[in-house]
Amino acid sequence: MNILSSWLRAYLPELPVSDEQLAENLTLRGIAVEGIFPTACGGARFEMDITTNRVDAMNHYGVAREAAAIYSVQLAPLSDGMGAPVDAAREDAGFPVRIEARDLCGRFTARVVRGVTVRPATGLISEYFSALGQKPISGPVDATNFGWLAMGQPTHVFDLDTLEGGLVVRRAHAGEPLRLLDGTERTLTADDLVIADENKALSLAGVMGGWDSRVTETTKNILVEAAWFNPGTVRSSSRRHGLHTDASHRFERGADFNAAPVGNHLVTRMVLEQAGGEAVGPLVDVVVPELAAKTAGRERIILRSREIQRILGTTLEDSVLEDGQRVSGLNETVIEQVLTALGCELEPMTAVAGEYAVRLPSWRLDLEREIDLIEEVARVYGYNRFADTLPAWAGAVLKQPHAEQERAIRETLLALGYSEAISSTFVSAEEAAAFGDAKAGAAAIGNPLSEEAGMLRPSLASGMATMLAHNLHRDVATVRLFELGTVFTGSTAEVCEHAGLALGAAGSAAASALHSKDDALVFEVKGALESLLARFSGTLSFDAKSLPAWIAPGRGGRALLDGAPVAVFGELSADEMQRRKLRQTCAVAEVLAQALLTRPLRQPTSRELSRFQAVERDFSFVFPDTVRWQAIETMVGRLGISELRSARPVEIFRDPKGKAIAAGSYSLLVRVVFQSGERTLSEEELTLWSARVIEALRGLGGSQRA
Amino acid sequence: MTEYIIPKLPGYDSSTLDAEFQKLAAQVEEESVMLATDDGREAFRLHWLGRKQGRLKLISDAWLKTAPNDKKGAVGQRFNELKVQIEARIGVSKLRPIVDRLSQVEKEHFKTQAIEIHREKQTELVEARRIRDITLPGVAQRIGAEHPLIRTMAEIVTVFERMGYSVGLGPEVESDFYNFEALNFPPNHPARDTQDTLVVAGQDAKPGRDRLLMRTHTSPVQIRSMLDQAPPLRLVIPGKVHRNDAADATHSPVFHQVEGLCVDTNITFSDLKGTLDHAMKAFFGSSVKTRFFPSFFPFTEPSADVQISCIFCGGNGCRKCKHSGWIELLGCGMVDPAVFEAVNKRSIELGREPVYDTRRISGFAFGMGVDRIAMMKYGISDIGLLYSGDMRFLEQFA
Repeated sequence: MNILSSWLRAYLPELPVSDEQLAENLTLRGIAVEGIFPTACGGARFEMDITTNRVDAMNHYGVAREAAAIYSVQLAPLSDGMGAPVDAAREDAGFPVRIEARDLCGRFTARVVRGVTVRPATGLISEYFSALGQKPISGPVDATNFGWLAMGQPTHVFDLDTLEGGLVVRRAHAGEPLRLLDGTERTLTADDLVIADENKALSLAGVMGGWDSRVTETTKNILVEAAWFNPGTVRSSSRRHGLHTDASHRFERGADFNAAPVGNHLVTRMVLEQAGGEAVGPLVDVVVPELAAKTAGRERIILRSREIQRILGTTLEDSVLEDGQRVSGLNETVIEQVLTALGCELEPMTAVAGEYAVRLPSWRLDLEREIDLIEEVARVYGYNRFADTLPAWAGAVLKQPHAEQERAIRETLLALGYSEAISSTFVSAEEAAAFGDAKAGAAAIGNPLSEEAGMLRPSLASGMATMLAHNLHRDVATVRLFELGTVFTGSTAEVCEHAGLALGAAGSAAASALHSKDDALVFEVKGALESLLARFSGTLSFDAKSLPAWIAPGRGGRALLDGAPVAVFGELSADEMQRRKLRQTCAVAEVLAQALLTRPLRQPTSRELSRFQAVERDFSFVFPDTVRWQAIETMVGRLGISELRSARPVEIFRDPKGKAIAAGSYSLLVRVVFQSGERTLSEEELTLWSARVIEALRGLGGSQRA
Repeated sequence: MTEYIIPKLPGYDSSTLDAEFQKLAAQVEEESVMLATDDGREAFRLHWLGRKQGRLKLISDAWLKTAPNDKKGAVGQRFNELKVQIEARIGVSKLRPIVDRLSQVEKEHFKTQAIEIHREKQTELVEARRIRDITLPGVAQRIGAEHPLIRTMAEIVTVFERMGYSVGLGPEVESDFYNFEALNFPPNHPARDTQDTLVVAGQDAKPGRDRLLMRTHTSPVQIRSMLDQAPPLRLVIPGKVHRNDAADATHSPVFHQVEGLCVDTNITFSDLKGTLDHAMKAFFGSSVKTRFFPSFFPFTEPSADVQISCIFCGGNGCRKCKHSGWIELLGCGMVDPAVFEAVNKRSIELGREPVYDTRRISGFAFGMGVDRIAMMKYGISDIGLLYSGDMRFLEQFA
């Protein structure tokens, strides 16, 4: 919205400040001036940004009222100037107006102007409009726009000769047709409010005038209308017909009940000025008292200055009297001055000092409660005139129950070289089906941004796969990412949220004595999972059961803590790679983070370090492929040798030609470390234990290599 | 001289090699008693250094020559050390009779010379081992990068934790009641429109307040927290929120907020000002100034927007602050009494005591966009990068 400073000054004859100063002070009071531009008519054009609750200030008189309050200067009353009553050149009984929908239309004014000549506007209107960039249409129409810009009262001009009989404000008949000013044909419903003559609907009340009754170049006689409509009905009509107009914007937020007659006079005066002719008969002003009582005549509210102090606190101008009593800079004089300037009438309560019964201005329907007045006092007084104080606090800072676990997850994965990523909360239905658990369900979005974002993600793995693809398609050689976020299951009836975690890896993983180059990436991710899960209490194990379809067959596994599944990991399946146009293998892990967050972190305990030398013994065995390391480790552990510190695989060899090692078998070098906390181990006991280890390994089907 | 066999090397890793060579070194020391006599010395030499059957020759054949190529270095190095040790033993014993015949002065002289030679050798050795180019890059140790949003959010939260605020969290899928109704949004407020809010499908059959949607702000956690806890409370609420915004350089349907709530008896607007001024100084530096503008939010009254003096130009005006010297950073206000009333009403519905007496209790709330702050702080021009998982972008924050 644009405001001309010269137009403002027309209402503020004593304004003591420059345009720039005015703009700054308005801005600091919430009537924000976003830009100041010079104009041809002198003064500045302000580009305004006014919050939606302040429709009353979205016009020149409204802004002028704010300035008057800020500088405590006189605001010229509209009803003495442009909005002063227009005398009739000829008397008659007045145009017949009937409000049928008395719950939806609170006030309706009408005035007849006869003998006009429709021509382009000149003078002040043309000057202001060109400075504002407002498109001129014709004298009478521009007069209504002028009224709107001046005081924010929507008005309308009808071609009087198109009307059949008097005006009726009524609900539309279901299916009633109406062609609007924008040329569109509308079919009305019984919930629409219309202004009609005796035979037909003329305009959609508070939204837009009608085509057939519009003022044209040949119009000779005009009816000027200004009214007050119920905000709800204008809002629903505006929505229903997809029409957002200046008029609907104002009415649906609450127009000034008392502005209709002033607005009508103002527009009538401008019509006479721009198109000649003469006002005939009195201003017809039909008022519905019930709605007047709810708006302009609404109950006074009580304002207590001690409540103002309680909510607003200390100002920079506070002072302390000799007896130690604190006096707020926001004293009663200031309070009275501010609210009066805004149009409130303050009546001091005789019973209690510092309390007022406040009559609220008709143009401020946003003011309803004491707190609304407190805000007005603070706003006009100036927010930056309040002191910076800090409230006392004796409470403790409580940690979120899972904060430690969450920190441990982030800390570990960052240290392992995984960068944190955040992906979209939404996935396609296809992805949700491919990555979600059908039993757990998934929820759809009712108004998705796109088809690809139609579902709430039931898994973080799909987003991770997509991010890996994003990187690989951009030739990023090595990708290590994790995401810690929410996953959504359930149904649209009840959506369940859980913490989820995904890891993703692509590119460069080194082969080792245990893992082939081909397996290295999967084992790197497994290693990351092992480090991560080791931070939590519980016994960790792995298997390859119940893996989801997005993991390539035979290329993944599952991690369990105390026997309960906590993660799956593996290479992305061929389908998922194809879906993302991937040629390079990727490994993805999905962790049930919720299960980790609710699990205690492992408490480290210290063990005495032995003074005695540890002894290593290597065992080289050939095992059938069916024997897994986890079985070997378990078996060696079960020997119950308390001096056995560790047993780990050191080297694995498979012979693709089946010569050195038969096909279906592999050779494994197991290194066992013995150490005692009390003594140097003797050759005899080492020999004995070695024999037991060998026996155990043989028991698993292994044969010792020479 | 006893028969000996060279055992097979059990492995090539360094600890195995060390162990095996240490055994040999121990034998050298053990057998060096033979060096006392000339015959003994010759026998020792033949035993260890004999061309055909010397142990070193056999070790070389059995261990060094058969070692895989990548292990030859490790075996060879230890082999050479053993050889040096043997030669040194023999050398010293050869000199012994000569040394015995020297006068004290001559001994001192040779000793000095020996030390000198030793020093020279040492110097040569140091020179030989000198790292030729220390400016070569180190062996890469990749560490993960903290996400700039997570990092910024944590920094903001820390500032408020130090001011006595506990962390509060809430769900990302909310009901209309928590996201709008209890926060004093009127039934027809534009934010409730599906043009602004992403809603969960299939909600039409539910009562309005129970309809599920993606929370559009972290403010519903205010309501949840007040329903759970009686005053006083101080909460800082970080979280992810969603809006029906098409993605562009400054908009994303997913973004992050940090919300704050302080409720107690006698909490005032000047407390709000002081708290945010303090927090902004703690976050951006003590020279940062704040200023407050009237604004409008349904759940606060009075409401304010807060600007900070531009952190790039110190308030003189630059491109980043559009030459105004100020940057708009957060929204805030005094908790609207209607919000307390909504909490009380809900408490009664849930069969609990209403504990937010608006005659005694007051509070303030504030909220800020983490994405915008992170983008400003790190000079990120496109919000989409934050949600792309692009390694090239993320690794800058490692």
